[in-house]
Amino acid sequence: SGLGMFSTIICGFLSPLVVKRLPEHVQVDDPAVVKRLAKKLERQQIPLRSDYGYKVSLFSHLHQYSRKAPLTQLLSIPSTVIHPSIVRLGLQYSQGIVAGSNARSVALLHAFKQVIRDYTTPPNEELSRDLVNKLKPYISFLNQCRPLSASMGNAIKYIKKEISNIPSQCKEEEAKTKLLKCIDRYIEEKIVLAAKAISKYAIEKISDGDVILVYGCSSLVNHILCEAFEKSRKFRVIVVDSRPRLEGREALRRLVQRGISCTYVLISALSYILPEVSKVFLGAHALLANGYVMSRVGTSQIALVARTFNVPVLVCCETYKFCERVQTDSFVSNELDDPDDLMVTRKGKTQLENWQDVSSLGLLNLVYDVTPPDFVDLVITDLGMIPCTSVPVVLRVKNLDQ
Amino acid sequence: LQMELQAVLMAAGGGSRMMDLTYNTPKPLLPVGNKPLIWYPLNLLERVGFEEVIVITTKEVQKMISTDPKVKLDVKMKLDLVCIQEDADMGTADALRHIQQKVKTDVLVVSCDLITDAALHEVVDLFRAHNATLSMLMSKAHEFTETVPGQKGKKKTGEQRDFVGVDGTGKRLLFMANEADLDEGVVIRKSIMRKHPRMHIKTGLVDAHLYCLKKSVVDFLADNKSISSIRGELVPYLVRKQFSKSTNSPKVIDETHQNLKKNDKIQISSRDEELLHLTQERSCWNDHRGDMSDAYHGGRLRCYVHIMDEGICYRVNTLAAYIEANRLAPKLFDEPAVHPSAVVSERCLIGADSIIGASCQISDKTSIKRSTIGVSTTVREKVKVTNSIIMHGVTIEEGCNIQGSVICSNAVIGRGADIKYCLVGSHSTAREHNSKIAPEKRLTECHRAEVNITYHYKSITYNNCHKVSK
Repeated sequence: SGLGMFSTIICGFLSPLVVKRLPEHVQVDDPAVVKRLAKKLERQQIPLRSDYGYKVSLFSHLHQYSRKAPLTQLLSIPSTVIHPSIVRLGLQYSQGIVAGSNARSVALLHAFKQVIRDYTTPPNEELSRDLVNKLKPYISFLNQCRPLSASMGNAIKYIKKEISNIPSQCKEEEAKTKLLKCIDRYIEEKIVLAAKAISKYAIEKISDGDVILVYGCSSLVNHILCEAFEKSRKFRVIVVDSRPRLEGREALRRLVQRGISCTYVLISALSYILPEVSKVFLGAHALLANGYVMSRVGTSQIALVARTFNVPVLVCCETYKFCERVQTDSFVSNELDDPDDLMVTRKGKTQLENWQDVSSLGLLNLVYDVTPPDFVDLVITDLGMIPCTSVPVVLRVKNLDQ
Repeated sequence: LQMELQAVLMAAGGGSRMMDLTYNTPKPLLPVGNKPLIWYPLNLLERVGFEEVIVITTKEVQKMISTDPKVKLDVKMKLDLVCIQEDADMGTADALRHIQQKVKTDVLVVSCDLITDAALHEVVDLFRAHNATLSMLMSKAHEFTETVPGQKGKKKTGEQRDFVGVDGTGKRLLFMANEADLDEGVVIRKSIMRKHPRMHIKTGLVDAHLYCLKKSVVDFLADNKSISSIRGELVPYLVRKQFSKSTNSPKVIDETHQNLKKNDKIQISSRDEELLHLTQERSCWNDHRGDMSDAYHGGRLRCYVHIMDEGICYRVNTLAAYIEANRLAPKLFDEPAVHPSAVVSERCLIGADSIIGASCQISDKTSIKRSTIGVSTTVREKVKVTNSIIMHGVTIEEGCNIQGSVICSNAVIGRGADIKYCLVGSHSTAREHNSKIAPEKRLTECHRAEVNITYHYKSITYNNCHKVSK
């Protein structure tokens, strides 16, 4: 299997090296694991979403779902087992309406707020334990709709911790208000204020006359550029885009709407355009404990070519996206998107329409890739500007805080 | 746990376009494939997982459901029947206003005459994912292939076209108007064209009358008593309102309409508006391309439609649709074609696509092809029934030949009658002055004679019969 070729070690930082069990979402080709998952979902009354299409053998250990087969067709229509706002969220994730690591976390916390508001403690149960158990099936459901991002994982860890820390003598109403306030505070601190802090640091790095290259649509990088423009820095932007998502179009729209002059190229024109570029700003989906940056597929290519041209690469990432996972390649843990997205219809003809009939053809639609720290010059976080290799230090400090 | 959707079934409509059938039997209880018409939408709701339904109907229907043994609804869901006066002339929106107190969450409104195998999750997913105010179901219209008794050819008189405009994805509803409301041509506002330069306008669609509506729309109806029909007035209003200036301003808290009382529920949703706004701001998704606007053009009122390409979707509101539905109904449920309690003699020919109802008596040497025989019907010897619908309690005497006809309940077809493409009304305490009805007594007068009522599209059967009996 693809996984047999590589191995992942997940380290705990304050404890000796521990080999934990691999998460099931990277062991899809192991029938025992799949069976265990099916049993767990059955217990939680969540339907199992089946994989779609032929998977390229190197990635056969990952899930591959089709957007045309949503999980909701297996659920009852007035959703009774899963809270309606979670069903709505799952749909929005799987259809791509809510995309982008920050947006997904905010939407997740918003949905959890609704869940907490509608929650009532059953008799003879404690809120601190029962509410966490109530959230577990919802998280499985969301995972089936679209694999959870690192930021969402950290947000869930935070919520679970806050819920378990509710003292047992606390009344239900009080507890609920406290939790809602915690969520609001988390979003305010880790996302909104963090963005403000990062913009402040990043603007120092933008000088007049700069030509900045951005890739895809990172909400944080767009925010920084808009803030810099408002602070009257003179720069122009080159937006690099790639198929099949073509998210750069949305980034282009947002920047041009503010008045920033932009150029738009596809990633194949990268080495053509790089001689003009003075800096590269990249967003991140997660920052791994060994300093690797996990981001949209194509980012590592941009970082590599930029390094070759000696252009500084700056990664902007909030600290809540820092993850204790360690990865050195993009194979072990990734996300496979719907392969049908790669089909394009031009002049009424879709060449790949019957790709499933060709037995030797596989369509691979990767979502993430991993950039080594050698290609990244600086990471701008809300704690300051740090080199890539200092990520474990930040994690250690965060753990100590908590 | 928060309830997501409440189902409301509208079963108070009159069936004004098929008076021949409904003057005696209320439309929700007309037999289709030997089940009352109302069973089909109830079964659809039950299959997708609803556990209770609010049924708005007339007292007459309620009485028949509870007393008449032939009307067995066979559903496990809890039915909350709300009766309205028959003569109150209530439109569907009026009915929704009537039950406003019972509506606690978003509603799924279904009409009692809908027969479909549509995947409801497609409609509801649009409603959920886009946080839509309205989501509805439509289907490509299929030509009716069966001949309809008493009608000249297939011409539909008085059916005016519906113009439905959708965007490039085929899901967002941009424009909806009926030919009757348009004076000279289709008028599309510039504001719509600016936001959606590519619009597909479709005319051959059947509206399934299945709507997902936000709770705020029901509250809006309570304050706006002038709207009386969902399809005729509310839906076009909502579709137009998507593009009106007032709904696009951020200070309107509730998306829908004019003057809503700010009650607690709306305040709760507005508390989290910031988070929803933040999510949309940070998400790299847009529903359209090519202009500088945010997703949904910043509009807060959105209407969506799911258009079915394949599958069954009929609204049984005309005689032609009724006949077509009877042909297709057996495909929708898996019960055996011949009811176990029917007494069927061995020497008769029953085609595979015919349905025989409970407690029937089919005698020797009869041939039944592509037909539906109702409950407790007696068919005597040497009868040929082809392509017909025989309702409950009918007696067909020997030697009859019935082709392409509809025989309503409790009628008696005299011996040797030859009925082609006729509609024979049911015995009833109906209006005498309506000469369209062929009352029982007229047929039995001709009972001994060789009654030959052959009918070919030109005159109405009832008149013919009248002549013969004289």
